[in-house]
Formats: sequence, C-alpha cells, structure tokens
Amino acid sequence: MKYIVAIIQPHKLDEVMKTLEDVEVNLVTVSNVLGRGRQKGLTEIYRGAKEVGSLLKKIKLEIACNEDFVEPAIQAIIKGARTGEIGDGKIFVSDLYEVVRIRTGERGGKAIG
Amino acid sequence: MNSGDTAWVLASSALVLLMTVPALAFFYGGLVRRKNVLSLLMQCFIILCVISLQWILYGYSLTFGPDTGIGIIGGFDWVGLRGVGGQPNPDYAATIPHSVFMIFQCMFAVITPALIVGAFAERIKFSAFLLFTILWATFVYDPLGHWVWGMGGWLKNLGALDFAGGIVVHTSSGVSALVMAILIGKRIGYQERSFRPHNLPFTVMGAALLWFGWFGFNAGSALAANELAANAFVTTNTATAAAGLTWALIEWQQHGAPTILGAATGAVAGLVAITPACGFVNPMNAIFIGILVSVFCYIAIAKVKAAFKYDDALDVFGIHGVGGIWGTIATGLFAEKAVNEAGANGLFFGNVHQFLVQIMLVIVAAVFAAVMTWILFKFVDALVGMRVEKKDEIIGLDLTQQSEAAYTVIE
Repeated sequence: MKYIVAIIQPHKLDEVMKTLEDVEVNLVTVSNVLGRGRQKGLTEIYRGAKEVGSLLKKIKLEIACNEDFVEPAIQAIIKGARTGEIGDGKIFVSDLYEVVRIRTGERGGKAIG
Repeated sequence: MNSGDTAWVLASSALVLLMTVPALAFFYGGLVRRKNVLSLLMQCFIILCVISLQWILYGYSLTFGPDTGIGIIGGFDWVGLRGVGGQPNPDYAATIPHSVFMIFQCMFAVITPALIVGAFAERIKFSAFLLFTILWATFVYDPLGHWVWGMGGWLKNLGALDFAGGIVVHTSSGVSALVMAILIGKRIGYQERSFRPHNLPFTVMGAALLWFGWFGFNAGSALAANELAANAFVTTNTATAAAGLTWALIEWQQHGAPTILGAATGAVAGLVAITPACGFVNPMNAIFIGILVSVFCYIAIAKVKAAFKYDDALDVFGIHGVGGIWGTIATGLFAEKAVNEAGANGLFFGNVHQFLVQIMLVIVAAVFAAVMTWILFKFVDALVGMRVEKKDEIIGLDLTQQSEAAYTVIE
C-alpha cells in the first residue's frame, strides 16, 4: 500500500479528478493549502504598497491505494495537472503501514478501496 | 415648521448613523488581519453608544449651546437637552424641530472619533481607546465644532466655510489620527512582514455604504429639502465618482492593474474632499475636486507614508486628513454665490479673502487637533497605558480585548 500526496494548481483540480476517475481511483481527500516553491509568490498591491512573494494557493490531494493503482494514479495526476509551466506542483509517494475501515474494522488492502 | 424639511433631516440622521455602523466599521474591519476584525467593529459600535450619550448629556450644549463669551465654547444651558425640544431654533434651522437638528449633529459627533480608530488599529488597549475617545470628543470635537458651526463661534464669525465637516470632522480626525499613529508606534512586524487585508469584500461593502450614507451627511447638511440639498447631493456623487475612477487609473498606470481597494479608497477620499464644498460649488468643479483628491491622497499614502515610515494603519490621515484639508482649501477656490447665496465667492470667482480664510481654518484646526491629541495621549497613556502587551498584540485584539473570535475553523 502506498500513500500519495499531490500538490497541484487549483485550476487543474477538475481535470485531475476526471483523469483519476478514468483509472478507477475514486477515493481522494482534497484540501485548500498555501505554499511556495520555485514559482515564488505573486505580487499584490494594497494602496500603492507592493507585497511581494505571498504564499500561493494550491490544492492538496491525498490518495491511499494498493500497489496496482500507484502508477496509474501518478500518471493520471500528471496528465490532469501538467501545464509545463513552473508551479505545476509535486507528487510525493510513501509506504503506507496500515489502513483501517472504521465501519467494519477491516484492515489492510481490503479496507483501502 | 416644514414637514418636508423635518422628514429629510430625520432620514439624513439615520443615513449618517449608518456611516459609522456598519459602513465605517466594515470598511475598517475588512482591512485588518482576521485576529483583529472584531476589535474594529466593537470600537465603532461602542463609539455610537458612548458619544450618543455624551452628546445629549453635555456635548451638544458645549458645541451648539449659547456662546460663553469670546467664541471658544458653548455653555451648559442645554445640558441634558434642557430647552431643546420641538420648537425650532432659528439660529441653526428655522424649519425643523430643534431636537431634529440636535440628533442630526449627534451622528456627526459619533462618526468623527470613529474615523480615528483606523490609525491605532490592531494595537490599542480597549480601555485606553474608550477613555481617549470620550476625552477627544469633549476637548477637541466639541470646541472645534463650536468655533466653526456654533452661533458666536470665532471661526464662523471670520467667515469660515465648512458645509458638512471638512474641517470639523475630517481635518480634525485625520490630523489627530496621524499624531496617534506616531505616538503609539508601529505594529509589531510592520514593513517586515506582509499585512494584507483579511476581507476586501467587507471593505468594498463598507465603502459603498459610506457613499450611500454620505448623501445624508452632505445633502442633509442643507437642513432642508431644497435646491441646496439637491446641489450637495449632485456634487457629492460627482466628486466621489471622479475620485474613485482617478485612483483606479493612477494604480493602473503605476502598477499595471486597477484594484478594487484603490477604487474604494479613492471614492472615500472623494467623499471627504467634497464634504466642506458640496453646498458651495457647482457639479463641474466637483469633478476637479474629486480628481485632485485622489492624486493628493495617493501621494500621501503610497509615497509620503512610505518615506516617513509612520504606521497610520488604515490611512486615516492619508484619506481624511489630506482629503479634508484639500476639500477645505478647494472650497476657498471653487465656492460661488451663484450656488449658495449664504456662502461666499472663492479665489476663482475673484475673492482672495475667502481663500485665505480657508487656509487659516486648516492651520488652526490642524494645530489645535494635533496639540490636544498629543496632550490627551500622554494623559491616557500615563493613566492606563495606551498600547496592549506585546503578547496580546501577537495573539490579536479580538481574543485579548474582546474575548471572542470572528471566525471558526471547525463548526
């Protein structure tokens, strides 16, 4: 089991949800986050005063899946989120030790999907 | 007595109340960080409560009561509204009940100290703010109002023109705000970190409601439903429109984008600048007043404040001080008797004297407000301490001064 965390551009969320659905990855947690990478921040202006490099709005996706779905999910996120510009985001993949379905108490691969 | 006039001035009084709460409260509340929004709403709200009482108890008498001798202050004759009832007072407004004139003026006394709170926002102790506000209303607003508007007031006798409060309301509060901002010091982290407005839609809504309420402030100051009120209404809308557009264009030229905060700020500056002039100038000249106020206020906020590094948090001096001073001087330039027989001609209509009177008016009001505010600051600071503890400032005034939070993260 793997735990995938992806940081993407907010305006690409709808496309990523669609491409994930196409590879049958339906379970995903989404949150609004702020962050900063190589893109740095955008300049904002308040009454003539410039505020440079404020944090950027991003979307964070969290997906837990079995091994067979890891590569399709990664490819789906890239397909949906990529524009080729700086700021497209990142995908982090890590091992997942345990999953428990609260309703039934099932554990592991059975509980994930 | 005239029922049309009475109805208009009563309605105007309600419009001016709306300028303090919710208009100014939300205009300011949106500009601060989310941990301080309630403190701004509370300060505006409690001023409405406290100064309403101060006004009927003794403030009205000090400001408009029969002069005590040499035009400095009204007496105690009208304390507790003694003798202020249904009968008109022909010295001020012959066609409406005296109590209607009184309550209309009450709303002006309320909003003026509320304007100042933007200067010391996000770092003042609530008790100190409250004490300062009551003292400021008593020792700055009431005397100055008497000088300019009260029967026998020495500036009124010199021919000062201030139709709706460019001097009494805006120059006085704006200059006092600058003194307060300098004396109380900068907010922690000012100019090191970004201090972004937490809710610009609040600010825009507040600015729009200020524009709406200002028709009562300016057109209501005709104290009758007549041609003069109509002229004040038209000049107010015109100057405000010109100022809002001008500010947006300046930003577009300077930074490549027109901002809604800029347009809203410009509009408020336009409202301020036309305030002393609205009943004395024609609508075409109101356009000039509006365009120029945005130029002056933009320079004051984006250049002068940046150069001198004082933390006038919400630009009270930059908008109300600079705008009020410009409007008062502009009245001395553009006033014409063709608009208001009871007024005077300004410099552009051949009357140098009126221009000089207006300049003197600005200097007197600015020096008086600055000196008195300095004294009141020192007094209140010695008594209760003006500024909150560093820890409280970082936590935010909502939690430390009001013990409540504006927004929840989890239901």
